Amino acid sequence: MAALRREGRRFAPLISPRSITAVRSSPIAPTHEDEGPIGVRYISTQVVRNRMKSVKNIQKITKAMKMVAASKLRAVQSKTENSRGLWQPFTALLGDLPSVDVKKSVVVTISSDKGLCGGINSTSVKISKGIHKLNSGPEKETKYVVLGEKAKAQLIRDSKKDIELIITELQKNALNYTQVSVLADEILKNVEFDALRIVFNKFHSVVSFVPTVSTVLSPEIVEREAESGGKLGDLDNYEVEGGETKGEILQNLAEFQFSCVMFNAVLENACSEQGARMSAMDSSSRNAGDMLDRLTLTYNRTRQASITTELIEIISGASALEG
Amino acid sequence: MLRQASRLLARRSILAARARPFSTDLSAADQTADATFTEAWNKVIPNIDPPKTPLSFMKPRPPTPSSIPSKLTVNFVLPYASALATKEVDMVIVPATTGQMGVLPGHVATIAELKPGVLSVHEGNEVTKYFVSSGFVFIHANSFADIIAVEAVPLDQLDANLVQKGLAEFTSKLSSATTDLEKAEAQIGIDVHSALNSALTG
Repeated sequence: MAALRREGRRFAPLISPRSITAVRSSPIAPTHEDEGPIGVRYISTQVVRNRMKSVKNIQKITKAMKMVAASKLRAVQSKTENSRGLWQPFTALLGDLPSVDVKKSVVVTISSDKGLCGGINSTSVKISKGIHKLNSGPEKETKYVVLGEKAKAQLIRDSKKDIELIITELQKNALNYTQVSVLADEILKNVEFDALRIVFNKFHSVVSFVPTVSTVLSPEIVEREAESGGKLGDLDNYEVEGGETKGEILQNLAEFQFSCVMFNAVLENACSEQGARMSAMDSSSRNAGDMLDRLTLTYNRTRQASITTELIEIISGASALEG
Repeated sequence: MLRQASRLLARRSILAARARPFSTDLSAADQTADATFTEAWNKVIPNIDPPKTPLSFMKPRPPTPSSIPSKLTVNFVLPYASALATKEVDMVIVPATTGQMGVLPGHVATIAELKPGVLSVHEGNEVTKYFVSSGFVFIHANSFADIIAVEAVPLDQLDANLVQKGLAEFTSKLSSATTDLEKAEAQIGIDVHSALNSALTG
């Protein structure tokens, strides 16, 4: 009996000269549910046990990652909600013209550096490519500014020549306005644009992230739209205090608007990343749990089948001796 | 009460989409802006849903009432918090680059840049003062004021000793500065610290 219980540790198959059929099944058989003819040796349960161990480890790791993402989400979420008031005055003043017709548009794609966060980075890249297509035409050009490793990997494949600037490791230190304004400064200095379109995932709730595009226009385009009437036509009614020219104030305004909108966008994207990672890790640990259940059943079946085989061999050997 | 009624009437007539000269109400206009974008998107990229735009996340502002309202609605926002959100006050005094500017309800629509200085909010008898580093103020014709500042602290949180030390430090930096950039940075430091000084004393 003890020998039967130790079956799991026996690797070398037993060669019993008195067994009825000395057929040995192939030791590398991958299918565990094999119900072969009597006497067929099944795959050793060690293989199944190894798989179970690794799946259980995966389950633990993904559960831990989910907890980490949840705590990081809590930290960033309060900051994000506080920063939501920042871009509203600009939209109230200058309106939002995503369909404005400009020659040079620059798409700023915000993505994460780390993976395992579901599909949000692919969504951002798809939307950026869509905007690129939307704004392509004769005399129009669209360039990319990429924030984050994941979007860089995807965009570099087919739009390498259109990428102006790549910025990574944004979240090494906690996100703050100073860092983002330095970033905005860099972008404004190095990239020529008529309109900046910032693509990011807006955080609605832990399970819902909405891809959003915010448009920031350069001061010349603002003037052009204001003169031509339409949505920005009211802008001329505003008196501009200070500065020598209206253009100077509008320039400062556009730059300030860009840094504020960027700050909010980066925070929202960070929130969405943590939320997406939470739900990805949650479904992953659930899948691992399901797999573990299935493997346990297989393991028990395999174990019982090999016990049965042993019993049969012994009994048939004994009955051959007797009779 | 009559003003409330007129505001309600005005809001209902948004749906009639009447053209209004000083209106900062965008809900009629924004439907069209979003619609052109959505249409253009659906033509070129039919498989993916178009992305949302900020207008869909913002509450529209009320239109300009015909008579001057009694209170000014102030939104004072910083990158880290909304210090005041749609608060109704009597008056605010903002430190614009052209000097201290008082804003009352019915002020003409203005865009002004701020310099480091003291912002005071007057509500009834109480006055709250903040030191503001810089930013912008938008005054809309419907007596809404948006103040966006990079950093703002209530005056009682300022330390006079540190202000003096900072002023001395930047003055010495200015005298030892060589490049234009360093001179400009030192000058900015001096401006801010002297404003802090006068805020604490004045």
